[in-house]
Amino acid sequence: MVTATKTLLKVKDLYAQFTGFGGARVVRAIDGINFSLDQGETMGLVGESGCGKTTTCHAIFRLLPPAGRIVSGSIEFDGQDLMQVSDGEMRNIRGRDMGMILQDPMASLDPLFTIMDQVAEPAHHHRGIRGGTLRERVVDLLRSVRIPSPEVRMREFPHQMSGGMRQRIVGAISLSGGPKLIVADEPTTNLDVTIQLQYLNLLRDLQQETGVSLIFVTHNLGIVAKMCDKVAVMYAGKIVEQGSVRDIYNNPRHPYTQALIQSIPRLGNKDPLYVIPGQPPNLAELPTGCAFHPRCPFATEKCINEEPPYVSFGDGQESKCWLSVEDAKNG
Amino acid sequence: MADALLEAQDLRKYFPVTSGGMFSRVKGYVKAVDGVSFSVYPGETLGVVGESGCGKTTTSKLVLTQEAPTSGSLIFKGKDVAQLRGRELKEYRQAVQVVFQDPFSSLSPRMRVGDIISEPLEVHSLMSRQGIKNHVGEVLELVGLPADVSRLFPHEFSGGQRQRIAIARALATNAELIVLDEPVSALDVSIRAHILTLLEELQKELGISYVFIGHDLAAVAHISDRIAVMYLGKIVETAESLELSNNPLHPYTKALFAASLPSHPDEDREEMAISGEVPSALNPPPGCHFHTRCPYYMERCSEEEPRLKEVSQSHTVACFLY
Amino acid sequence: MASDQILVTSPPSGAEHVSAVAHRSLAILREAPKLPVGIILFVALVAIFAPLLAPHDAETSVKPIKIFAPAIYAGGTWDTALGTDFQGRDILSRLIYGARTSLIIGLLGTVFAGILGVTLGIVSGYMGGLWDQVIMRITDAKLALPSLVFGIFLAAVLSPGLWTIILILMIVFWTRYARVIRGEVLSLRERDFVKLAEVTGAGKIRVMFRHILPNIMNTAMVLFSLTVGVAIILEASLSFLGVGVPPPTPTWGNMLADARPTLISERWTLTVAPGICIMLLVLAANLLGDWMRVRLDPQLRNR
Repeated sequence: MVTATKTLLKVKDLYAQFTGFGGARVVRAIDGINFSLDQGETMGLVGESGCGKTTTCHAIFRLLPPAGRIVSGSIEFDGQDLMQVSDGEMRNIRGRDMGMILQDPMASLDPLFTIMDQVAEPAHHHRGIRGGTLRERVVDLLRSVRIPSPEVRMREFPHQMSGGMRQRIVGAISLSGGPKLIVADEPTTNLDVTIQLQYLNLLRDLQQETGVSLIFVTHNLGIVAKMCDKVAVMYAGKIVEQGSVRDIYNNPRHPYTQALIQSIPRLGNKDPLYVIPGQPPNLAELPTGCAFHPRCPFATEKCINEEPPYVSFGDGQESKCWLSVEDAKNG
Repeated sequence: MADALLEAQDLRKYFPVTSGGMFSRVKGYVKAVDGVSFSVYPGETLGVVGESGCGKTTTSKLVLTQEAPTSGSLIFKGKDVAQLRGRELKEYRQAVQVVFQDPFSSLSPRMRVGDIISEPLEVHSLMSRQGIKNHVGEVLELVGLPADVSRLFPHEFSGGQRQRIAIARALATNAELIVLDEPVSALDVSIRAHILTLLEELQKELGISYVFIGHDLAAVAHISDRIAVMYLGKIVETAESLELSNNPLHPYTKALFAASLPSHPDEDREEMAISGEVPSALNPPPGCHFHTRCPYYMERCSEEEPRLKEVSQSHTVACFLY
Repeated sequence: MASDQILVTSPPSGAEHVSAVAHRSLAILREAPKLPVGIILFVALVAIFAPLLAPHDAETSVKPIKIFAPAIYAGGTWDTALGTDFQGRDILSRLIYGARTSLIIGLLGTVFAGILGVTLGIVSGYMGGLWDQVIMRITDAKLALPSLVFGIFLAAVLSPGLWTIILILMIVFWTRYARVIRGEVLSLRERDFVKLAEVTGAGKIRVMFRHILPNIMNTAMVLFSLTVGVAIILEASLSFLGVGVPPPTPTWGNMLADARPTLISERWTLTVAPGICIMLLVLAANLLGDWMRVRLDPQLRNR
């Protein structure tokens, strides 16, 4: 991919862990992940619960819970290493340069403040916009997320909004500071399907207007297929495969990705689903070698004992599997 | 065709809305379920699709006798459920079981798995203690869990395993109809296929009927034989699952299909994003409830209510376009 | 991390399971704060083995009817290490036997209050409607009365005695349980497992005591430990005011009451000794209750 676009976010060899029970137990929630995201690009971070995808976003915002910490690695965002900036500067970066959209819009909005107050806050705080300009900005933001008659609705409170409107308002808040990156953590799980479609279309339109980069954290492969340019599949704290969405769907290299794609029901097709045997692993007691080997139909002796390396296939597709090593050798 | 196992005839459930306070007056009614008819045949799966507030949950409550219908009737094996008393009502409750969406909430955290599964048997005192114990082992094996997990507590299991336990409980009384209320929505993707496949196998083996309620069209279409699409308390379209997926007729069904996400980035899909949100059930639009959001709106739609009409064999739709 | 949500892939066998449970309970006990547990265990042991530990009989005079100073002062003897009260009864022995009455009254009063309060709380929360209205209005009315005044009133109406005090504590404290438990039941009632039991055809009694009760036991235990302390204080207050356990039975409150005339003289042991006992026991009960509140609440655990 030879483009003139600038890399916005580059995560390199990131390790993060949680310590529990007075340090007696260490859970490696993120275990050496690498990815990068260009300006205006959309990436899907896919995986099952407990695979470390939410921890990854929290790490980007440096907002890990008290029990967790980043052990090593670097997060380069917009030319600066986020691991080096001070806590105060980091607070400015959040909200101003990065926004977040969470799963539950009702929990994300403060019931005691008007919509206007909440949408205005990042613009006021981080961009120093005041008075009439601020009001105009709020109206513009609300209009851009398709809130009808924004001048009236902005004086109302969250409980007066419907579920879809609340989630759109959360979107407006995340845009308010004029960020370069928005991380959306399962943003549509609580929405109805027709509202979900409206919301996803809205996000795509906003992205085209503002050129913001998006990271979609989701377990829904449909959202990835619809929205994303590239995708990273996480399993047990590692990215097992990444690449452009088309490459991943047309030619998934890693058995886990293959299985995930085959295990979702498709419309108009009643063939039996592929069932991935077993359960997602417990991060505290990971299997040896490749963490996916107990569930993998192609597992060999080597997979049990040795962890596979990343294999690059050009075009940015990367897979972490011994089969891919063979594939690469055979061209 | 054989006789229906369960038949709903013009089922209605209106919830009164009061002005609040001690001497409240009834201000109006939420027509949660408004004239719904369907039938479930032995060994078949009826899918019910719709967005929040469409009445699918209330319908399941009516089937489970959690709520009594305002009017209309449910006929189970030729008998009106509302008339059942004593032993017959008990038998109905054994025959009709439910699996809820969230397996973390549907299993009592302080009871052992064996006690959870055997509760329906104890309540109806169907077996001796040893018989119950053996039976619990049997149903656990049916859902693919070893019999000795009956000693453990629910928190020792993952979501998928818990949902298996919930299914085992539903099977314990030899249920003939299981209401599946979004049984896979709360599960991980790789586990959904486990549960859907398990449900299909159990149906083949035991000949149970399912009412599968969901909003994920692809999953509902996958498991169901027939699908009923609901919007604001009414069924707007029913058809065989494949027929509905390939040839949706009602504009709302079309919108639902258009809104369901692609399974491949290159998948070409008719974009039919309908505007607006579901109107309040307290004050639904007159005529066809969908007309406020419908791209094919005609004047007639806001004046007259369309009735379900058979357009081809076993495909009915309530829309003036047909 | 939320360890209890992590799955087990192979369930442990029977023997392993039992030992695992035992192991876990031991681990929890080891986690418990040392000081309060130590104090409570000590008082409990003293109460149980009172006849062996007490140097004298607690209810009869061992010396001439007169206050004797503790052993460390002139005129005191090691025979009565903490001295005697105005009737010449050994203070140490009375403290030891007093632990018995105080503990029995505190524990039984709280347990009975708990049983009544939990039952009514569950009924009120689960049945709703008229049940809820009636029970909650009674608790409202009860909470509007100061416990001590209400306790004195009851003690004055009923004939004094150990069981009367226990009854009073029960009447005074059940509302604390009922209130909190009802609130918890209101949210439990909406959980799917309760609905599932109802769909199955389980009766109301079964749902309340088989499904809801086990899930509010944590809260009930915490309330219990927090109420024990207050109950002991109320018992002491009633005895101090002369409407508690009738003399000569020693309770810490009675001992305080007996020492009232000498409150300002230099016979400090008469008031300070039972006072310290009450304070330490109540403090221990409260600390333990606070620890349990955190330990049993999965949301506060592992913080």
